[in-house]
Amino acid sequence: MNAAPLLAVDGLSKAFQGLVANRDIGFTVHHGEIVGLIGPNGAGKTTLFNCLAGFHQPTAGHIAFEGRDITGTTPERAAALGIARTFQIVRVFHSMTALENVMVGAMLRNKGVAHARSRALEELEFVGLGHRAEALASEMTVSEQKRLEVARALATDPKLILLDEVMAGLNQTEVREASQLVVRIQERGIASIIVEHVMEGIMPIADRILVLDYGAKIADGTPEQIAEDPAVIAAYLGE
Amino acid sequence: MTTIHLPKTVGALALLGFALLLPLVIQDPARQNFLILILMGAQLGVAWNIIGGYAGQVSLGHAVFYGIGAYTSTMLSLKLGLSPWLGMLAGGVVASAFSVAMGWPCFRLKGHYFAMATIAVAEIVQVLVTNSETLEGAVGLSLPMGNTGVAAMVFSTSKLPYYYIILGLLVVTVLASWAIERSHIGYYFRAIKDEPEAARALGVSLTRYKLVAIAVSSFFTAMGGSFYAQKEMFIDPGSVLATGVSIKIALIAILGGVGTLLGPVLGAGILITIEEYSRVLFGSTGSGTDMIIYALMIILVAVYSPAGVMGLLHELRRRIPSLRAKAEVRA
Repeated sequence: MNAAPLLAVDGLSKAFQGLVANRDIGFTVHHGEIVGLIGPNGAGKTTLFNCLAGFHQPTAGHIAFEGRDITGTTPERAAALGIARTFQIVRVFHSMTALENVMVGAMLRNKGVAHARSRALEELEFVGLGHRAEALASEMTVSEQKRLEVARALATDPKLILLDEVMAGLNQTEVREASQLVVRIQERGIASIIVEHVMEGIMPIADRILVLDYGAKIADGTPEQIAEDPAVIAAYLGE
Repeated sequence: MTTIHLPKTVGALALLGFALLLPLVIQDPARQNFLILILMGAQLGVAWNIIGGYAGQVSLGHAVFYGIGAYTSTMLSLKLGLSPWLGMLAGGVVASAFSVAMGWPCFRLKGHYFAMATIAVAEIVQVLVTNSETLEGAVGLSLPMGNTGVAAMVFSTSKLPYYYIILGLLVVTVLASWAIERSHIGYYFRAIKDEPEAARALGVSLTRYKLVAIAVSSFFTAMGGSFYAQKEMFIDPGSVLATGVSIKIALIAILGGVGTLLGPVLGAGILITIEEYSRVLFGSTGSGTDMIIYALMIILVAVYSPAGVMGLLHELRRRIPSLRAKAEVRA
């Protein structure tokens, strides 16, 4: 693992007209690490994702990616730098086939259509959707669409992938498959931050867990440490 | 995939051959004029489809580009004696530049708000031209009749040259549209249309690609405008800058099927035919019947087939194999 962190977040705050969604958050992510991001509903997890991926301008604080300050960058710039994301509510290109969806991602690094097609097929195979390449995205199941978003993000050759609730609504077998997929992404050297409510999906595979509550970080540690942290237990069960 | 391409190429060549031979069979000038009107509408629809169809940014102000094309080539011809062939290109360039200047602020608006902004821009330009002394205001501009021939793009004895010029322009516009559809730009346009935020997350700059779309679309729309000026030898704000022109251009593509290569050609065939027959039935332009027909068309497309006639054909093709399968099961 590289000594210098891949991602370093420092004092990050985001307020929407006075409503503070993220408060003074700081953490680092190293190359190839799997970091779980958990917290009760409304804790600010998706807001944090949106700040990291350039969709929101932070109100205060700094984000550094590979040692470079990227605070307040745009989504397209973040993608080019190597930060890919999926969406909590899936946003597949519904009028396009699965293959075409992933091709759009692959075109970030190489505009050639033939190249994008072969690259997209690789990623569809990787997430287990090789047989669905010609299916219309709008006609896929939600579970398939979530994997399609992962394939699309991977096709951009990211160094960090932000996965927003990719396990929500999946059955137990699917959760296991999704966990394995994240581990296989890690094996490719890609770091991931995973927002997840499905604990059995994230706890076994995460190197570290960050816990947010009311917009602030209340814990940061290994899954074992988090499971025993009194502040975390209080946040989840109520004081 | 290669198996699909071959019949497509053959089909396209057959269609082109048919279009090339058609005016040799139909020799009545009035009918030839009718065919020219269809090709003109088709060319504009294909051009509009690049921004409105593929990229999904509905413009209801394309008359502004059409008008820029018509006025640019006409003014260059009247003041500088420039050949309309070059004037046509100049008009395209001016319209593209204008579209980028207009798109820069307007593309911050989404969906209906963008459409409304395009209407506003077109209205403003129409008012400005109507009040411009240099452009002869509401009186309009006439091209001199004396100068005929290929170089002047004026033909008084036969409609045939106009037919082949507009057919050529249509083919070029379709080829440009086809090249975009097949390249990464076409994929980006569709991605922007479907889910702009997801497209951004994949590194697609919305502004850059929307500007590419409107620049190309306005370029070809303006060339269509120059052609109109050469064919009619007279332009005024009412004929090339009016709201009705904008709506007609958009409707041709929407009726035929947005985001498809040849949908707008089909749309032009249907719309122009209805328009011309209604003109025979209800009298000349200005009576407003064309507007009633446009409105009716919009309602019919919106209710029964948002994907246009191409969408209906596509749906039929999807259903026929399943019907066949059912018949086989029964047998």
